[in-house]
Amino acid sequence: MSTVVAENNDAHAGHHHSKPTGIKRWLFTTNHKDIGTLYLWFSFFMFMLGGSFALVIRMELFQPGMQIIEPHFFNQMTTMHGVIMVFGAVMPAFVGLANWMLPMMIGAPDMALPRMNNWSFWILPFAFLIMLSSMFMPGGGPAFGWTFYAPLSTSYSTDSTALFVFSMHIMGMSSIMGAINVIVTVVNMRAPGMGFMKMPMFAWTWLITAFLLIAVMPVLAGVVTMVLTDKFFGTSFFSAAGGGDPVLFQHLFWFFGHPEVYIMILPSFGIISAIIPAFARKPLFGYSSMVYATASIAGLSFLVWAHHMFTTGMPTFALLFFMYMTMLIAVPTGVKIFNWVTTMWRGSMTFETPMLFAIAFVVLFTIGGLSGIMLGVTPVDYQYHDTYFVIAHFHYVLVTGAVFSIMAAAYYWIPKWSGVMYDEKLGKLHFWCSLVSVNILFFPMHFVGLAGMPRRYPDYALQFADLNAIISVGGFLFGFSQLIFLVVMVKCAMKKGEPAPAKPWEGAEGLEWTVPSPAPYHTFDTPPEVK
Amino acid sequence: MSTEPTKYYVPDQSVWPIVGALALGLMAFGAAHFTIEASKQEAGFGHYVLGAGIFVLFIMLVGWFRDQIRESRAGMHNLQLNRSYKYGMLWFIFSEVMFFGAFFGALFYARMIAVPWLGGASNNAMTAQLLWPHFEAIWPLTLTPGGTETQAMGWFGLPLLNTMLLVTSSITLHFAHIALEAGNRSKLKLWLVLTVALGVTFLFFQGYEYVHAYRDLGLTLASGVYGNTFFLLTGFHGVHVTLGALMLFIMTLRVFAGHFDKDNQFAFMGSVWYWHFVDVVWVCLFVFVYVL
Repeated sequence: MSTVVAENNDAHAGHHHSKPTGIKRWLFTTNHKDIGTLYLWFSFFMFMLGGSFALVIRMELFQPGMQIIEPHFFNQMTTMHGVIMVFGAVMPAFVGLANWMLPMMIGAPDMALPRMNNWSFWILPFAFLIMLSSMFMPGGGPAFGWTFYAPLSTSYSTDSTALFVFSMHIMGMSSIMGAINVIVTVVNMRAPGMGFMKMPMFAWTWLITAFLLIAVMPVLAGVVTMVLTDKFFGTSFFSAAGGGDPVLFQHLFWFFGHPEVYIMILPSFGIISAIIPAFARKPLFGYSSMVYATASIAGLSFLVWAHHMFTTGMPTFALLFFMYMTMLIAVPTGVKIFNWVTTMWRGSMTFETPMLFAIAFVVLFTIGGLSGIMLGVTPVDYQYHDTYFVIAHFHYVLVTGAVFSIMAAAYYWIPKWSGVMYDEKLGKLHFWCSLVSVNILFFPMHFVGLAGMPRRYPDYALQFADLNAIISVGGFLFGFSQLIFLVVMVKCAMKKGEPAPAKPWEGAEGLEWTVPSPAPYHTFDTPPEVK
Repeated sequence: MSTEPTKYYVPDQSVWPIVGALALGLMAFGAAHFTIEASKQEAGFGHYVLGAGIFVLFIMLVGWFRDQIRESRAGMHNLQLNRSYKYGMLWFIFSEVMFFGAFFGALFYARMIAVPWLGGASNNAMTAQLLWPHFEAIWPLTLTPGGTETQAMGWFGLPLLNTMLLVTSSITLHFAHIALEAGNRSKLKLWLVLTVALGVTFLFFQGYEYVHAYRDLGLTLASGVYGNTFFLLTGFHGVHVTLGALMLFIMTLRVFAGHFDKDNQFAFMGSVWYWHFVDVVWVCLFVFVYVL
């Protein structure tokens, strides 16, 4: 894939509407860059909030026995940590990146539906205000885990469930609208000459992610509705006495939940596929196989949901079907990992901060992927289910996978966003602190999990004490390391740093590097010609 | 502002999106508190907040659509933008399909798996004996394991009539669309008004059917999983018919005001697609909820 721009079209003088100023700029904006910035800052704020909830959890688990908080509050913390990180931090960060980068990457004037774009963003602060307000209800907030299994969320929950449900509803609307916008933009707004197989991988992965979002967020809306009616209106979807079944909840939830997992990792694949070629100074190895692999992963994601429920009870043929389907996903994922490694093979590599994060992603995401294969083996899962091994697995995928890729993206594109280079020394410090602490945090979880420590309990047996203390130390180190990231990004936002050239990375490719840094408020008024 | 139709129209700043976000926030917060208060039969502030949210949403819809119609009439929408709207509408309808999919999934699971298992099918003979030895797995589930009794809703009569009404309305709407393409305004108006009338009649009968279910059959939302799936599927469908009828009603007003022609008809076409979608959902409902 190579995109060569025939003519650098930055003759976008002020004939567009002028750049608005003040608070109105952010409240009423229709500009994809402004909305992208809003999404990214919102996501970082939620990341810190969800992270602080995680630190409360780690504080309690530093020593065995009940130390600081009540068990019910502990459960609220695990619930809110999950909900905020999934729906408030990772997903909005990806939507923010899509907003900033997609129109520039495909040579479009803006997102296809700019007003709806702003609507999608501004729903989120309201949704999370409602979600957080639930914690101040009598009896406390949702305490059933982010997976809100029935009957925990129906018979045994507090009134705050209603707030949880309606907050999820409007969050889902926001996601669906955001996804529609991405699909329409990528399908309809590409510059002349940019065929589908010339698109940057980030556009491809987001296109497929958007499809997954539109397919499964409505199912989430359906299942939260059933939880609401079961709890408040006397239905019995998830109650055997009325002819329903709590297992139905798990099927519906994971039909949403498993594609959701890929929603949180496919855009990462696109980011890594942009960064590794840039710093290896070689084109991406196997572009078309990357595209097909992404599409296969998305397709398979609809056929593996019950691997979350092996211990719930299913006919044997279903156990086998879901096990084999899960194994099958390792094939396209492996294709991707080998492609990244092969891209680096004999490249002229340099190791700036985005590349460091990208390489860490490849290694650590692979660890998360491999523990996923272990969990996908039905008989083995009987032992691992609901232990800290599962926690270790999905945090390797989501933290050293999704979050690391988001940070890599931030370092990679911040010169384009702000017009100044970030502080490379601080960036590297952030990387090494994060890399070391994140492994102190999550790697020992494999061991305590294999030894049988169950998840979601505020207390544990004495033999897990040493490793848990180490994990907690790692957690606090990782949490506070992120303040370095905050400093680096705030410095860039305040334009403190070396001015960035249009293309600060020697090996970078793509339309976004043909426009000046910072990118003008309206990038492509007339579409560039792509050869 | 770029007004040449060759350029993609990027709208200027707009107040409506954030008003819409506020509306949804108020509605969600109000609906949640209203739900809690209603389930305890307590007085509270929930319904006021919900009402305020609906009011703000109404203002937003009027304002946003007014801007939209004005831009469309001023010729600011080029072909590419129209394509964006069309794709957007199609993906929105796809999301609605998946929403109904969740409830159909629940229906099929209850019917094919949950209820038979409760009756001892598969390897559950012992569980059935221990839990509810007298439970009989039949569908429609007129007697739940917990002992809630109800009567099933038949398919002959009102539901069949409603099916014919809705299918007919899809056909009349198609005739309206053909008339629009042919530029025959009087036929367009006739078929469109007829469609809206059929939709409203459907809703009226559906409301009557609910009264009949609650009053005569003892079939309520709380009548076990049969009543649950019946009311949530038909209820959400009814909400969608209401929305679709409202859209078509607004299209009727716009047609009478002289809007739309062969080349400029996205809003009309979107409403037509939506109506056909609602119709298809009903046919599935009729087959799987009523007949089978």
